Amino acid sequence: MSAPMTLPPDETAAATGPILSVQNISVSYDGGRSGFWAHASPVKALDGISFDIFPGETLGLVGESGSGKSTTGRAILRRIGVTSGRILFKGRDITTVTGEELRQLRRHMQIVFQDPYASLNPRMSVLDTVAEPLIVHGLVASAEEAREEISELLRIVGLPRDAQDRFPHAFSGGQRQRIGIARALALKPDFIVADEPVSALDVSVRAQVVNLLQDLQRDLGLTLLFIAHDLSVVRHISHRVAILYSGRLVEIAEREALYDTPIHPYTEALLSAVPVPDPKIQKGRKRLVYRGEIVDAGHWPSGCHLHGRCPHATEKCSIEPPPLVEKRPGHWAACWHR
Amino acid sequence: MRALAEELWKDKPGLIGFVLIVTIVLAAILAPLIAPYDPATQAVVGRLKPPVWMAKGDWAHLLGTDQLGRDILSRLIYGARTSLIVGILVVALAGTFGGTIGLLAGFRGGRTDTILMRLVDIQVAFPGLLLILLIVAVIGPSMVTMIVVLALTNWMIYARVVRGIVLSVRQMPYVEAAEMIGCQQSRVIFRHILPNLTSPLLTLGILEFTNIVLAEAALSFLGLGVQPPATSWGLDVSTGKDYIFVAWWLVTFPGLCISVTVLSINLFANWLRVTTDPQEREKRFARARAATRRRQERRAGVGRETP
Amino acid sequence: MSPAADRPLLEIERLEVEFDTRRGVVRGLRGVDLSIGRGETLAIVGESGSGKSVTAQAVMGLIDVPGRIVGGDVRWKGHSLLSRSRARQARDIRGKEIALVFQDPMTSLNPLIRVGQQISEVLRRHLGMTRADADLRVLDLLEAVGIPAPPRRAKQYPHELSGGMRQRVMIAMAIACEPELLIADEPTTALDVTIQAQVLELIAGLQETLGLSVLLITHDLGVVAGLCDRVAVMYAGQIVETGSAEDVFERPAHPYTQGLIRSTPRLDDHMERLVSIDGAPPSLLAPPPGCAFYERCPIAEARCATLPPLIPIPNRTAGSVACWRATTNAWDSASVPPGELRAV
Repeated sequence: MSAPMTLPPDETAAATGPILSVQNISVSYDGGRSGFWAHASPVKALDGISFDIFPGETLGLVGESGSGKSTTGRAILRRIGVTSGRILFKGRDITTVTGEELRQLRRHMQIVFQDPYASLNPRMSVLDTVAEPLIVHGLVASAEEAREEISELLRIVGLPRDAQDRFPHAFSGGQRQRIGIARALALKPDFIVADEPVSALDVSVRAQVVNLLQDLQRDLGLTLLFIAHDLSVVRHISHRVAILYSGRLVEIAEREALYDTPIHPYTEALLSAVPVPDPKIQKGRKRLVYRGEIVDAGHWPSGCHLHGRCPHATEKCSIEPPPLVEKRPGHWAACWHR
Repeated sequence: MRALAEELWKDKPGLIGFVLIVTIVLAAILAPLIAPYDPATQAVVGRLKPPVWMAKGDWAHLLGTDQLGRDILSRLIYGARTSLIVGILVVALAGTFGGTIGLLAGFRGGRTDTILMRLVDIQVAFPGLLLILLIVAVIGPSMVTMIVVLALTNWMIYARVVRGIVLSVRQMPYVEAAEMIGCQQSRVIFRHILPNLTSPLLTLGILEFTNIVLAEAALSFLGLGVQPPATSWGLDVSTGKDYIFVAWWLVTFPGLCISVTVLSINLFANWLRVTTDPQEREKRFARARAATRRRQERRAGVGRETP
Repeated sequence: MSPAADRPLLEIERLEVEFDTRRGVVRGLRGVDLSIGRGETLAIVGESGSGKSVTAQAVMGLIDVPGRIVGGDVRWKGHSLLSRSRARQARDIRGKEIALVFQDPMTSLNPLIRVGQQISEVLRRHLGMTRADADLRVLDLLEAVGIPAPPRRAKQYPHELSGGMRQRVMIAMAIACEPELLIADEPTTALDVTIQAQVLELIAGLQETLGLSVLLITHDLGVVAGLCDRVAVMYAGQIVETGSAEDVFERPAHPYTQGLIRSTPRLDDHMERLVSIDGAPPSLLAPPPGCAFYERCPIAEARCATLPPLIPIPNRTAGSVACWRATTNAWDSASVPPGELRAV
């Protein structure tokens, strides 16, 4: 089967270059109106984010609520429009594609959702759910026709054979998440955004899904953007990790570098806040508890967004936002003082 | 199906409503078979006969006769037909039109939404009765006119309800998922959004049906709806009102029919609303079970603990 | 040693709770035994549906239709909280001597009343304070839970506060009557990780300064490790293991506890692959007659089809386990030596 939309056969880019390149994107929402007649003023949710993802790698994108991590994923998938910047997928600018072209793009980029309960249509059987992508892209005429293929997909994600004709309510949270993953895999995409795929799951089930994603990534050569608020899960699954704070990328590095020798003060605080499940160690750890709380989008301070909470902040931090620069080889951070 | 019947059996008000509705519907459908007389046959000799249990009543006319000697029971049975036909047609027309508008507004959003919903607001703000009087005055009263006019003044609620549901369902991750895998808009609407509308629309339609039954009666009472020789409960109340002091049964029985119909539909609709909502249904079940338990405990407690 | 002194503050004995659902009776708690001593911090760890929150609700008298307590007892300082003849005393104890902090502060704060007023109402109702006294005390309490600028914050409505601030207000309200036991039901689950650290620090601090006993209900082993002396692990409506935090984390006896610990990703080790417990917990509509973990257990054998009792673990001071093959290293094949902690 040949795709109607052919991506540029840029062999060199495909071999060595990034599969996805996010270049300085910003996203704004319509904010609340200040008065009845006033126009809604736009509120910035993302402020100049740039990063690359290379074929076959997993990039962990970590941030707390309001950091813009889900917005980043939605912007890449062209679910949310960007106000500035470019998104290149396999070397091709997809920032403004629309209509049928965008629909075809969906064959190459997919998403796994956070909520395994709400992300499956309760009225559709597993077969219908997983076959839907194939049907809407005209790869099969009906769900029945796809039965063989779906059966194989379900096997890959570790669901029983007889799952096809059952409905979502018959499955546990972890199994539902497997259904969601099977749906994302149906079109054989190269790139998947996993938007907090395990944070709604129970602890013992989390490991199952994390392991599954790891296996799939290795066996199918997938490229993953793994969005999470949980640094310990990210550590297990990612090759590189990026940290977001209030709409800006503050640090991005190889996994070991980021966890062992973090540069940005926020990354340090975040790492120290994650509890370790071991009483001896945990009770002896020193936590860097930063005062204050995360500032909502629309109320961000000038300069570095962290400067109100950061113990290292100086006057410069409150005036000028620090640029993301390569502090060590492959290790980028945005801080004036590190 | 069996479990459903059992659940209805346990909810007595709902059951009563359901039984009455079935009775009324059967009466309307089988009217020619069960009505003892033609509702329009006049008999001047036997006019204003009282119901059978009164002094001058007889078994020939169970509920008596009216001022033209027509059998009241037969008129009531045929009147049910009018109420049901008008009710069903108006709900279907208004529901389809209003539902489509609501779907469009909710799905398209933006300017389409604003324009359509302002139209709804305008129509809601406009006095419905005045509109009806205007149209009937121009076209002339008839059953068809009444149906069209009632549909024209009752579609707004469907638009609002459907728009609300569409807006909330659109936020559901599974709808987002459908869009993300590349479903076309029509598929998203028909496969993923519309199925969520059936049960709330069903409940709304049933409740609206009672409003239409009342409106039909009111219009017919005012002489703007069903015209003689056709029958209607509202029409009968209207003509009977002149005789209220000599023959109370002329207004009482059709009036009762209207109230009982509306009441039974409401009882049933309430049961249906709870049944189609999984959470409410679960709560109802638990409450009923807790009540049964308390009764049993009290019985057992009285037997055991009385000193 | 007088009998009153070594008596635990709260004792839960063979507690059983059932829920009526349309599909049948769900056996939410199947004979739970627990006790908390004065000044002790006990964590109940479990996944959703394990019965950990139901236990807290039963203590607080919050079990209502469709749930009901069908057996066992909850005793506060030796007196039953469940007996009908003492219902009034029980109500007084709850809220005054035992206080509860919920997972989601937004649903347990009244959105239409200023937070200061909500706390002051608690003081006036339970302690009979005058309005002026109560208002002053509110400021102390807000200060105690680390809310900056108390006079200003007291005049705000819940929606004007962030999630972390709201949770602090809830805690202020809970400690308003100087309770002896604080029950915290997933107090940090809805919060971001840096805010979670702040709230945990606050609870630990209060525990120390006020001499509180704390019953922490959580699914997060990391939260337990930093805060608690003792741990009880729940699975499918039963307690499968209890013990000191150190014992449970370092020498978990029950295969489920072992699996839970191994499947939790840790920040401080380099395991490439997590141990995963296959399958899902059994349905509590018809719980298995034997060990509830039987289906998922890697070392299950024939005798596991009969229910193992919760018995003391040999050569441990305080610890018990419900497993026929306890202390066996169940997940050995997948084991990886734990890495060393780096200073972070």
